[in-house]
Amino acid sequence: MVAVNHGHPMTSDVVSLDRVDEIRGLTLDGDVVRIGGAATWTLIADEPVRSTVPALAQAARTVGSPQIRNAGTIGGNIATASPAGDSLGVLAALDATVEVRSASCTRLMAIPDVIIGPKVTSLEADELIVAVHVPVVRGWQSYAKVGVRNAMVIATVGVATVVNEEARSVSFGLTSVGPTPLRCPDAEVAACEAFWTLDGTPRTPTARDIGHIAELVMEGAQPIDDHRSSVEYRRHSVGVLAARHLRTAARTLREQ
Amino acid sequence: MSKPYQLHVNGQTLDVPDPVPGESLMTVLRERLGLRGTKTACSEGECGSCSVLVDGELMCSCLVMAAAVTDRAITTVEGLGDDGISDIQRAFVECGAVQCGFCTPGLIVAAHALLDRHPDATTDTVREELAGNLCRCTGYGRIIDAIHSVAIARRGDRP
Repeated sequence: MVAVNHGHPMTSDVVSLDRVDEIRGLTLDGDVVRIGGAATWTLIADEPVRSTVPALAQAARTVGSPQIRNAGTIGGNIATASPAGDSLGVLAALDATVEVRSASCTRLMAIPDVIIGPKVTSLEADELIVAVHVPVVRGWQSYAKVGVRNAMVIATVGVATVVNEEARSVSFGLTSVGPTPLRCPDAEVAACEAFWTLDGTPRTPTARDIGHIAELVMEGAQPIDDHRSSVEYRRHSVGVLAARHLRTAARTLREQ
Repeated sequence: MSKPYQLHVNGQTLDVPDPVPGESLMTVLRERLGLRGTKTACSEGECGSCSVLVDGELMCSCLVMAAAVTDRAITTVEGLGDDGISDIQRAFVECGAVQCGFCTPGLIVAAHALLDRHPDATTDTVREELAGNLCRCTGYGRIIDAIHSVAIARRGDRP
């Protein structure tokens, strides 16, 4: 639409999916939230996502403005595959599955199999994102974002952290610090060892643990210098956000 | 050229003759239907000057393809208020929330959406909900005052 407004004529026919209700809503089915590809950020920022997948609701609330959140969709975020897509780090950290459909078949794909480069996906021209399946995880999760101001801002850095008490695992999904949303395997192993002993008993990570894990998250980032920020600032911010998340997670889980 | 279609704007069904494929709701409202209250500024969703309600939801009309909303109820700034001027419009005037006035129609529409959704809006809610409307003159203080005064008046009106 922006390209048309700026004088680029529409070159092909357009099919509006506005009236396809099946892909606009979301349903909570046991331990999975099935979010339609055309579900808006306004819908995702509210209940039931807010209490079942809080990190995703938080990410939704940071997208654009009310006007943008009423129009923008999660399927659009995935298909655009911007390195700064706010939902993408969260979906990567949660191991969400993308349901992709064409006239001939349905594919269930992991986020890294869909988003394969900056603004590049593996989707075929005849395929449509009909839904995203997001697991409901018991434990703690959050999305934090750095930008030049609070409103209407594209992420300079985004960090999603998920502490999964059932699987006894910790995952990080990084936004805007790599060509695609990134996970941090080394940091995740270290965090797992900091939150549980070898026999699976919960423990509270020490300040030293948290510092070490944050260092590993910083090493896992692959930031670049561009018009929005620098390598140094982005790497530093990733560490700050990850450490903040880990401290809050540790405190929250201890107090439960 | 694409097929003519109709839009439901401010309670009326209007013909859109000779539409250009892919043109925005903003362009159709202003250039084809003569509703110039909806303002054109950034044309990329950043400024909110072209805000309208689509089935009651606040949208930037520059980002909506007009032909995709033929079955939806569109409300522009011209369609707010029963007797030509709404309580929010009056409050903007009384509180001095208008300077150059270019952003005002978009802000008025956004304020209607905001108070419909959050009748008990706090200052923080008002600021967050107006994040999509840029004003380069007022510094926003009097706009927020105006919206607050309406919220209070509406609460007082309730039985």
